[in-house]
Amino acid sequence: MTEKADVLQGTLALMALKTLDVLGPLHGYGIARRIEQISGDLLAVNQGTLYPVLLRLEQEGAISSEWGASQNNRRARFYRLTRSGRKLLETETRDWEQTAAIIARFFALKAEDLT
Amino acid sequence: MRFLRRFLARLKNFATGRRDDKRLREEMEEHLARQTEENLRAGMNVEEARRQAVMKFGGVGTVREDYHAEQGLPFFENLLQDSRFAIRMLAKSPGFTAIAVLTMALGIGATTAIFSLVDATLLHPLPYPHPEELVRIEDDLPGAGATDAGISIPEFKDLQRSGIFQYVVLEIFGSANLTGVSQPSRMQYEGVSPAYFAMLGVKPELGQTFDPQDQTPGFTLDVVISDGLWKRAFGSDPHIVGRSLRGDNDLYRVIGVMPPGFRDPGRTMGERNTEQWAALGFSDDPARSPNRSLRLPLETVGRLKPGVTVAAAQSQLDALVASLREQFSDDYPADSKWTVRLVPLKENVVGNVRQSLILLLGAVALVLLIGCVNVANLLLARASARSREMAVRQALGAARMRLVRQLLTESLLLSLLGGVAGLVILFCMKGFLLRLIPESLPRLSDLSINWTVMLFALAASIAAGVIFGLAPARQAGRLNLTTTLRVEGRGSKGSMEQTRTRRVLVVTEFALSLVLMVAAGLLLRSFWDLYKAPLGFSPQHVMSVQLWLPSPNDPKTDIYGTAAQEAVFARELLRRSRLLPGVQEAALGAEPSIPLRHDGNRSALMVEGRQTQSKQTPLVERSQVTPEYFHLLEIPVLRGRLFNDGDDENAPLVAVINQAMAETYWRGEDPLGKRLKLGAGRAGVGQRASKTWVTIVGVIADARIESLADASVPQVYLSLYQETPKELAIFLRGDLNVSAIPEEVRAMVQSVNPELPVYGAQTLNDAVTASLEQRRFSMDIVAAFAVTALLLAALGIYGVISYIVSERTREIGIRLALGAQSRNIMSMVLREGLSLAIAGAAVGLICAVIVAHLMAGLLYGVLPTDPLTFAGVALLLIGVALLACYIPARRAIRVDPLVALRHE
Repeated sequence: MTEKADVLQGTLALMALKTLDVLGPLHGYGIARRIEQISGDLLAVNQGTLYPVLLRLEQEGAISSEWGASQNNRRARFYRLTRSGRKLLETETRDWEQTAAIIARFFALKAEDLT
Repeated sequence: MRFLRRFLARLKNFATGRRDDKRLREEMEEHLARQTEENLRAGMNVEEARRQAVMKFGGVGTVREDYHAEQGLPFFENLLQDSRFAIRMLAKSPGFTAIAVLTMALGIGATTAIFSLVDATLLHPLPYPHPEELVRIEDDLPGAGATDAGISIPEFKDLQRSGIFQYVVLEIFGSANLTGVSQPSRMQYEGVSPAYFAMLGVKPELGQTFDPQDQTPGFTLDVVISDGLWKRAFGSDPHIVGRSLRGDNDLYRVIGVMPPGFRDPGRTMGERNTEQWAALGFSDDPARSPNRSLRLPLETVGRLKPGVTVAAAQSQLDALVASLREQFSDDYPADSKWTVRLVPLKENVVGNVRQSLILLLGAVALVLLIGCVNVANLLLARASARSREMAVRQALGAARMRLVRQLLTESLLLSLLGGVAGLVILFCMKGFLLRLIPESLPRLSDLSINWTVMLFALAASIAAGVIFGLAPARQAGRLNLTTTLRVEGRGSKGSMEQTRTRRVLVVTEFALSLVLMVAAGLLLRSFWDLYKAPLGFSPQHVMSVQLWLPSPNDPKTDIYGTAAQEAVFARELLRRSRLLPGVQEAALGAEPSIPLRHDGNRSALMVEGRQTQSKQTPLVERSQVTPEYFHLLEIPVLRGRLFNDGDDENAPLVAVINQAMAETYWRGEDPLGKRLKLGAGRAGVGQRASKTWVTIVGVIADARIESLADASVPQVYLSLYQETPKELAIFLRGDLNVSAIPEEVRAMVQSVNPELPVYGAQTLNDAVTASLEQRRFSMDIVAAFAVTALLLAALGIYGVISYIVSERTREIGIRLALGAQSRNIMSMVLREGLSLAIAGAAVGLICAVIVAHLMAGLLYGVLPTDPLTFAGVALLLIGVALLACYIPARRAIRVDPLVALRHE
């Protein structure tokens, strides 16, 4: 597995967690849709990659899932953020913001800043 | 935490074999349905909506694979699958499996056996807590040419006060007659400072040890005994503490018994086999002297303060020595250059066997490597038969990495099986192998197959598996599908590249075997030279038997106290010895006069007229003998005279020296008539020669009495009647009944005095053999390894040449059909083998030169680049190679052209 895929997986996991945090319990398709809406082309293709990520999060105990019925009476598996998932989201968000801030500072770097 | 949870969840799925495909399918179905719905709403037709949904979802296969990988543990799943497959493959060709496993079993078993020896001697030489803190403290007088010259009591006190050591301990070794138990016997004792046991950090099994703070002057009468003595002399009496024993007629009280594994970290076997420890204050007799320049023949051992390195302690000590030399400039004249040296105790125990053991380990590693190469060769042959299978599997979509992994799993399985088999063989042969190890090998720790050793075996197996698995795996990874499949279709075997790899392997094998054989050859020549070296004395038909006259602390109970008293006893002993059956000649000597004891008895030497040069004196080997000794051992006199019966207790003291001593101290002068004094020897023996001048009356030829490897150790002999020793040896020459003599001598001695133990009966031929034991051990083992290596190499070249011949059957058939002579074919095949062997020998010779120089210290009388050994070994190797090639070559000339062509 390439490094890029790892990054993608990590990002996907974070997005899925955030989506569940904001919108409450959702089924896989719902999560994929939201991520697509917000991130643009990240999930425009290969929506399926979300499912292994969801399974991983579930095995880590960050989310739980159960079968339920959706609006038009269809059976669907609903994912829900657990307490440890919420905590994970908080730390991941913090880490991400920190990293992003540092990278942003580097991107803003000009030659005269270092003299 | 999260990772653990995830891992546990996966492990659970893996263990229960759960494969929840249904859930993913349903979810996917649901997902696609919704997406399709959405697409329909966006105005697509039904078909297009479904198609777009599926496209957007992406590759179902990949998702499913990822999903499953996440669900279980793919690494282990693959491993399990590979292992199952590997087991099936190995079971399918039992002959190949058996040979490979057996080769590995021998290789790994031998390597593990040698490693366990290394583990017990080199890696864990000192079975005491914090062994790195223990050091031996040696005083050198380079100016006077003396190393480890002994220590004076004030110097010992200085060391104790220096703040460098936790404990400093003096040791003096000796033996004493143990009486007061069923049978008088002789035991090794050691007088030690009371802090000895505290320093080593070992608790007694029973009772107690000495109080490290004890300041009692002289000997205390409390002793600690070894587990061995406790069992031997006291029948493991559980109430031993408080019982008494007599050592040289003195009464001692046992206060403790040490645990079974406890041994003194001594330098010689005798020291390590100490059976009784007595506390010695070293503040009164026999160690009273406040004189700094009076060096006592004591050993000094210390424990450094925790965390202090030997180097740091040495520099502190150097500073201390410098200030003492300044402060006591009279005692330490500048020209003696007194220094004190710290030697890690470990070094002291294993120093002289390290090289041999590393050589053995290296040799066995080479054998293992050659074994690996052989198995690699076998695997390659198989791989060529299986290349079709591999190509088909790749064509069907197996990833190369997976194939490589699967092949590696197979080879690892082989080597692990080999490792297990090797350990089993080792366990079964443990008793036999232990008997092969020479007694003299210093090992304080017990030899055992412990966890370290098992771990080593495992590591060796895995390493071996990877090494011999790499070649076929690499080949499978580089398989060219089109050519392989096309060629395979025609039924030919293997590729050019495979043949090349196999040739490289055979060359490697030959090079490695040559290195081993050169090492073995050099050792053999050293051994032979040493064996054939003129001894300078004649051990034929000579036996020596030892006895020990007690030297009790109370002079009134000592019936052999004066020279006159003992001389009477000695004469009686000699008279009765001559009457023993078969005895033609008899002589008496002090214990150091027994040839090849390797436990030197050095005394300080003072030469008349030279004492002004330096107060610090050199040490020489000294011994006492009766006049008959030199004739009995056939040591010729070169100048002057030998002792005669006139040199008795009433006559002026005389000495006989050997040629080496004359060369060392009177080069270009006539030593006859020169006078010398000798410092007191062990246990206060030899007092007269330290007070009175001794005149040199004769010079004898050098004999290898002290060491087989060194003919010229300076030695001085005194007349036994003038300087009576306590450790006596009876020498008998004649037509002796070797098995009856010990009992006859015991009866004879005890008819004079029933309290005297008689022990250590041996023929001098045995003594010579025994002193070659360690060399013989390493030589035997390296030679055995070399033969194994040669056989493996021969098998290897045989395999490759047969393979080449069978590959070229068609070509040979055509050649024969076109009129080639069988001679041509034969020479063609042999040339093939010869070129491999010569290439291997050339590479091996270069490596062997390097190895031979590394082992120079183990050689005797032969140059590391001995041309005879090198040439001989190379020729032998090439000869064996030709022989191994001859069989396939004969097969080649018997090829029937018709059959060969039709077959193809």
